[in-house]
Amino acid sequence: MEILKKYPKLFQWLFLLLVFFGLCFAIDVPETYKFIRGQAEFVKDPNQSTYVFLGKEVRYYAFDVFWRLPPLLGWLPIWINDSLFFLMNEWMPLEFWNEDTQEFKTRPLLLEVSRKLTFFMTFLIELIREILIGGINTIVTFTGWDWISDNPWAELPGLPWTIVTAGAVLLSYHLSGKGLALFAGLTMVYISIFGQWKPSMQTLSFILVAAPLSFIFGLGLGIAAFRNKRVEKALYPILLVMQTMPQYAVLVPAMVLFGVGDHAAVIITMVVAIPPMILLTILGLRAVPPEVIEAGKMSGCNNWQLMFKVLIPTARRDILIGVNQVIMVCFSMAVISAFIAAKGLGYNLLLALNRLDIGLALEAGLCISLIAILLDKMSLAWANKQEDYFGNLTFIQRNKNILFFVGAVIVGILLAYIGTYLFKGTHNYLFEVPHNKGISTADFWNRGVDWIFDTFFVYIKAFNTWLIQDVLQPMRALYLRMPAIATIVLVVGAGYLIGGIRSALIVCGLTLFIALSPWWDRALVTTYMATFGVIVSCTIGFIVGTLSFQNKHSASFMLGVCDIFQTFPSFVYLIPVMMLFGITDTSVLIAVIVYATIPATRYTIEGLRSVPAGLHDAATMSGVNKFQRLTKIEFPLAFPHMMLGINQTIVFALFMVIIGAFIGTEDLGQYILKALSDKNGAGIGLTLGVCVAFIALIFDNLIRSWVEKRKKHLGIA
Amino acid sequence: MSEAVIKCESVYKIFGENAKKMLQEANGNVDAKTFQDNGCIVGVNNASFEVAKGEMLVVMGLSGSGKSTLLRCISRLTEATGGKIFIEGQDLLQLKNKELIDLRRNKMGMVFQSFALLPHKTVVENIAFPLQIKGIKVEESIGKAMEMVKLVGLDGRENYFPRELSGGQQQRVGIARSLAVEPDIWFLDEPFSALDPLIRKEMQDEFLRLQEQLKKTIMFITHDFDEALKLADRIAIMKDGLIEQLDTPAKIVLNPATEYVRKFTEEVPREKVLLIEDVMDKATDSVGDLKVLKDEVIENVAEKILTQEKTVGVIDDKNNLIGSINPSKIINTVFGGRRNGN
Repeated sequence: MEILKKYPKLFQWLFLLLVFFGLCFAIDVPETYKFIRGQAEFVKDPNQSTYVFLGKEVRYYAFDVFWRLPPLLGWLPIWINDSLFFLMNEWMPLEFWNEDTQEFKTRPLLLEVSRKLTFFMTFLIELIREILIGGINTIVTFTGWDWISDNPWAELPGLPWTIVTAGAVLLSYHLSGKGLALFAGLTMVYISIFGQWKPSMQTLSFILVAAPLSFIFGLGLGIAAFRNKRVEKALYPILLVMQTMPQYAVLVPAMVLFGVGDHAAVIITMVVAIPPMILLTILGLRAVPPEVIEAGKMSGCNNWQLMFKVLIPTARRDILIGVNQVIMVCFSMAVISAFIAAKGLGYNLLLALNRLDIGLALEAGLCISLIAILLDKMSLAWANKQEDYFGNLTFIQRNKNILFFVGAVIVGILLAYIGTYLFKGTHNYLFEVPHNKGISTADFWNRGVDWIFDTFFVYIKAFNTWLIQDVLQPMRALYLRMPAIATIVLVVGAGYLIGGIRSALIVCGLTLFIALSPWWDRALVTTYMATFGVIVSCTIGFIVGTLSFQNKHSASFMLGVCDIFQTFPSFVYLIPVMMLFGITDTSVLIAVIVYATIPATRYTIEGLRSVPAGLHDAATMSGVNKFQRLTKIEFPLAFPHMMLGINQTIVFALFMVIIGAFIGTEDLGQYILKALSDKNGAGIGLTLGVCVAFIALIFDNLIRSWVEKRKKHLGIA
Repeated sequence: MSEAVIKCESVYKIFGENAKKMLQEANGNVDAKTFQDNGCIVGVNNASFEVAKGEMLVVMGLSGSGKSTLLRCISRLTEATGGKIFIEGQDLLQLKNKELIDLRRNKMGMVFQSFALLPHKTVVENIAFPLQIKGIKVEESIGKAMEMVKLVGLDGRENYFPRELSGGQQQRVGIARSLAVEPDIWFLDEPFSALDPLIRKEMQDEFLRLQEQLKKTIMFITHDFDEALKLADRIAIMKDGLIEQLDTPAKIVLNPATEYVRKFTEEVPREKVLLIEDVMDKATDSVGDLKVLKDEVIENVAEKILTQEKTVGVIDDKNNLIGSINPSKIINTVFGGRRNGN
């Protein structure tokens, strides 16, 4: 009894585990149960049960409710899908004037809106794209095909790569200085001479449309939420789900509403990129010191002046960090959107991966990575740039970068013109290097991969087999062996013990949604892959983080490495693992581990760094050695922050597991991929995405509640 | 006393959800403890006072005493829960938003503890900000702001950004900004608290010099009793939202109204605070040759008086004999009388 009183929590946890395992052993696996590879509603099988709800028939394999809950939400995806279909094709038919046929035509409102939006987006993208690489669509939009075939001179020629490169260099120099300018120059030259110019500019034009639009909407909504508590309350749950929903899953409904192509990708990118912008806007505005606001009010600002002359300029840095986030999200979406046929680097990468052309994939991937780093560094430099005073400079001094750019444009045009004489009869390399005429290292890489395969095949295969047979399969079997009721008891009990009744209810709701969806088994597989990834990632991240923390320089270096790796779109990580391990679960897991180790390492270092220096000194003066200091002082204090890292690690791991479906897994991601090619997939894709988001939110809720409690306990809240 | 520029009548500020209702029910009898039990915090409790034109009222109190809250009620940065506030006879709490903005643009200036400068504007732009908000053209406002830059002695640094200035310099900018619209009423919320002691003293002297020139109506908030004594025409001492005593520095030092106030006055060097006038006795005929002015601080004339054997006469600026002071009284004032509390 004494011990019981001393550690009440410990016994509560033990009791919970006891109940969990008791349930696991008490409930036998039904004899008919097997992991179903197909989707229940498409399999016609006399053993299936059915029920009808809201006019939708749901088919499923019935088991004891303790073993698997019946998919009472099975109608949801079908219903979402039908509703979408109804909204798009039947709801609110209105008369619209048709330019081409010169008559009124009846069309559902939403379809018309989506058409108009599509038209507008396509126009924007085409416009920017044609400024960068030339074309005729913009001119045609204003004039017509007949006009352009009569006046072929009017075709937009596009900017020579030399000018774009000069622009990037000058902008980098203006924002940061020589270092970044050099990097920008090298990146652009690399892109050009390796023949990636066209897809890169396609991707860039995509970002140039999506990012500013996301910024404007995000800022506007952020301001609205800052000014009005009710707006914030309404937005918050949406923001939370959007932050944890795999980007990949939102592609499906976008396809239904807007079709495939760049415009659909831009719209859906905005949906994904706006939430972080909103959050950072609110955060930045909140961080403005109250006295500054009061100073503004006492200066006689009205609401408008207060917002635009005081609050936003003061919150400038946070808002620009939001811009950085927006740009990075847009970039990674630009790559993933290849799945819905958005043009650009991602598309080339996807094609190369589909053909298993690792060399080409590597080149595209390297290009993507370089551009990602460049965009990240440039937007961060913009955020951190302090304004300078210009009033005392002459016109030339003030505008020297612009003048240089004008000079570069003239020189670029001249060079391109000279190029037409220099490269008669062949391509004008001073204008653009076509993709098949650039230097290619694909062969080299392919040979390298072949060599690795030939040399190490035995070892890789052995490792692969061992991992799959001795680690992954048993683990997966264990996860699937859990009766649904036991899992729910475990999760809800944990919620109650950590965060009280409120937490338990939230977690219970989230779990029930997944349990009642038709994909509980898939969700278990997703969770198993994510758990495996998270455990390994956290172990690696923890060790690497702790080791590199021992030295100030290595810690900064490690953080820098994390920064760079984090900018790569998740998709890029699949290239090297496919190169080494081919198409297996191992590949996915390794990609998951590599990707999820980034936040684990980062948060370990940051957590250890956040321990106040005074405590270090106090500990040293108490005569602790290095190891004691680490275990007695630094770990306990840094632990809450490190737990937040685990939170991020879980989100990262889930993202990667879902993307990994591209290689071939049997989890929720695989169904999302299937939904992409299914014309009735919207409801399924959306529900699947919500399921994945909920898995992340369950862990998020548990970890956050724990961290808050712990921080309060330690007095560092 | 001339017309009151700021006038407060039983001003209350109570934080909490049912503040208004509870205040009505309390019927003018607000007890911090009962309010706290009901989830309300009393910020300002029944504050009534007037500030005359050209007067400097220093509100002194420790943190949490409600002094900043009181100031924010009077500048209407927070809404008072109850009571009336008049600014030059206008009922402040009845003003519409537009009128309030107008009042702030023309009549009020405020200086903040953390300077509250706009980080993206230079010194001169910061100072010109209230003018530009008013709608004055850029050139004109910059010209006016440059005058202010000179007034606070920052010439040569007008194109610096706040981040490039020291704390004292930043507060000079804050002061200049609050004065740019030439307000009649000047609020200062612990303006020198964030500064080093030496800089603080320098800024206090500078502030007195400015006030000598400008003669604004001032409410000055501080937690530093010495600062209050040095600057104030009158001091209001606050504790738990209540004004414990409101009087001239000398009277507070000589007659602390409550035990709480007395604790502050204990350590005060009286010879630096009190004037001859404050301690003199009635005029008698038997005064010696030495005469002292009634407005002299004791410290400055103590040595002269103490060398006299006879009683010293006190005269006003028109050379009329209005009182007398005995050397023993000086000794008593400076060294004695602390234990018995007067």
